[in-house]
Amino acid sequence: MAMLAIRTRDLTKDFPVGFWRPRPYRALDRLTLDVAQGEVFGFLGPNGAGKTTTLKLLMQLVFPSSGEAEILGRPLGDLGVRRRTGYLPENPYFYDHLTAEELLDYYGRLFGMAAADRRKRAASALDRLGVGAERRLQLRKFSKGMLQRVGLAQAVFNEPDVLFLDEPMSGLDPLGRRDVRALMLELRDQGRTIFFSSHILSDAEALCSQVAIVAKGRLAAAGRLADMREFAVHGWELVMAGVPAAALDRVRQRARRVLTIAGDRYAIELASDGRPEEMLRELTATGATLVSLNPLRETLEDVFVKRVEEMGEGARG
Amino acid sequence: MKTIASVALAVFRESVRDRVFYNLVLFAVLLVGASILIGQLTAGQDVKIIKDVGLAATSLFGLFIAIFVGINLVSKEVERRSVYPLFAKPIRRSEFIVGKYLGLLLTLLANMVVMAVALYAVLFFLSRGVPANIQSAWDAPALDPALLKAIALIYVDLALVTAIAVLFSTYSSPMLSAVFTIGIYVAGQFNTDLRRFDQIVSSPAAAAIGRVCYYVLPDFSRFDVKLAVVHGIPVPAAYVLAAAAYAAIYIAALLFGATVIFSRRDFK
Repeated sequence: MAMLAIRTRDLTKDFPVGFWRPRPYRALDRLTLDVAQGEVFGFLGPNGAGKTTTLKLLMQLVFPSSGEAEILGRPLGDLGVRRRTGYLPENPYFYDHLTAEELLDYYGRLFGMAAADRRKRAASALDRLGVGAERRLQLRKFSKGMLQRVGLAQAVFNEPDVLFLDEPMSGLDPLGRRDVRALMLELRDQGRTIFFSSHILSDAEALCSQVAIVAKGRLAAAGRLADMREFAVHGWELVMAGVPAAALDRVRQRARRVLTIAGDRYAIELASDGRPEEMLRELTATGATLVSLNPLRETLEDVFVKRVEEMGEGARG
Repeated sequence: MKTIASVALAVFRESVRDRVFYNLVLFAVLLVGASILIGQLTAGQDVKIIKDVGLAATSLFGLFIAIFVGINLVSKEVERRSVYPLFAKPIRRSEFIVGKYLGLLLTLLANMVVMAVALYAVLFFLSRGVPANIQSAWDAPALDPALLKAIALIYVDLALVTAIAVLFSTYSSPMLSAVFTIGIYVAGQFNTDLRRFDQIVSSPAAAAIGRVCYYVLPDFSRFDVKLAVVHGIPVPAAYVLAAAAYAAIYIAALLFGATVIFSRRDFK
């Protein structure tokens, strides 16, 4: 069997809560996960589900209460492995007084890179992430989105085999999101493993080969997103403009629901077996034009809620 | 080793950018101002007073840097979460602590060198033109190399204070760290009194506590030879070395403690 990029077994973390008679709060409960090399792995869950805790455990920023984990077949904390990994923390923060260039130079020294190598890698990573002339400004002058880009640059500039990204899209504008998606796919094509956390389903849909869903510190589901029953298409939403009144009656008979958006523009909701292609063909024949056609499926939030409810009170005291 | 040096250089750079060295301007103003003022007073006394003021200011300014930069060295990085990306790199937490410590020592060293040069410069200008027969009546020559011994021991003193500040800042807030560090520094000045505590108090329990404190707290008065140097009382090199060795043992123990605490710490 090929070596796994990430392997966790019953990884558990309790944080003591309360000053007087502190009691343990279980942030992560017996997480067992295998991530193969070369995979883009989405680690999904609502806020407070234990995503960041898991990443911190893997980065040894916090230590497990029980259980174990390996990265590239080596136990956590192995300095050799850290040379081959990259990490973007959630809302990354660096040093106010350093410029982006100096930051990468500092980190490059820790990797033991030679001066010329440091310069070259820093420049190419900052170029790749779209950090232009700002790289000579001190980081305290950076916006949240720019810091996120610098954070990504420092995570990838050592050309890691395994990349850990905690909410990589957060703080980015649509353009930034697009850039980051492109970067992730590029890294995937180079055979690198990407383990990223997100609470946004569309990010996962666009990028991931595999996902794991966590809720309340527990693994709720893992596998291919397409195989997950909850995410199957349960209907279609067809938005058409210029629909003649005569055609509308026929539509109403076959649609689950028809909503008037404005004037002669309608949102037509069809069942999953409602064959939207046929409806589209018929309506365009009457002179109507297509505005949009979208599959309807449960959002990640819906699934989270459902899973959390399923886990119920019985499982957690 | 390279890793430690990288961290140390980063600390030095941050100190420069944080304008830590601005204190030197204040130091120079104080020294020059004092010398002009004292120049109006009796000849002969002024050199001694300048030495006094200069050494005291060197010590005080250094202390401010050691404590207020020292308590923030580690805690600021934890608080602002810049340790997150850092510790994902190939660096041990012990290397981080030692690097931070050495970086501040480097900053202090640069500071002390400038202050020492300034002090000698002021003394040179002050003693210029004073007749040789008057100069020979002084306790010590104006450009007494023994001053360097006092300055060296001030540096050792500050190195120890910095280690205390670093230890506290690995697990405590900057505010509390400052209070603890200053507390230990002040208590350490009266260390010799603690030794004789049983002669002052009647309670055996209090005497026992005093004795424990005497053995645990560093004896900061060992590093203070300012008065002796100013009055031309010889300070043997062996004394300086012994004091430095004493401090080195304390520093090693403090940094070891800081490393142990910090290496097990969860960054929440």
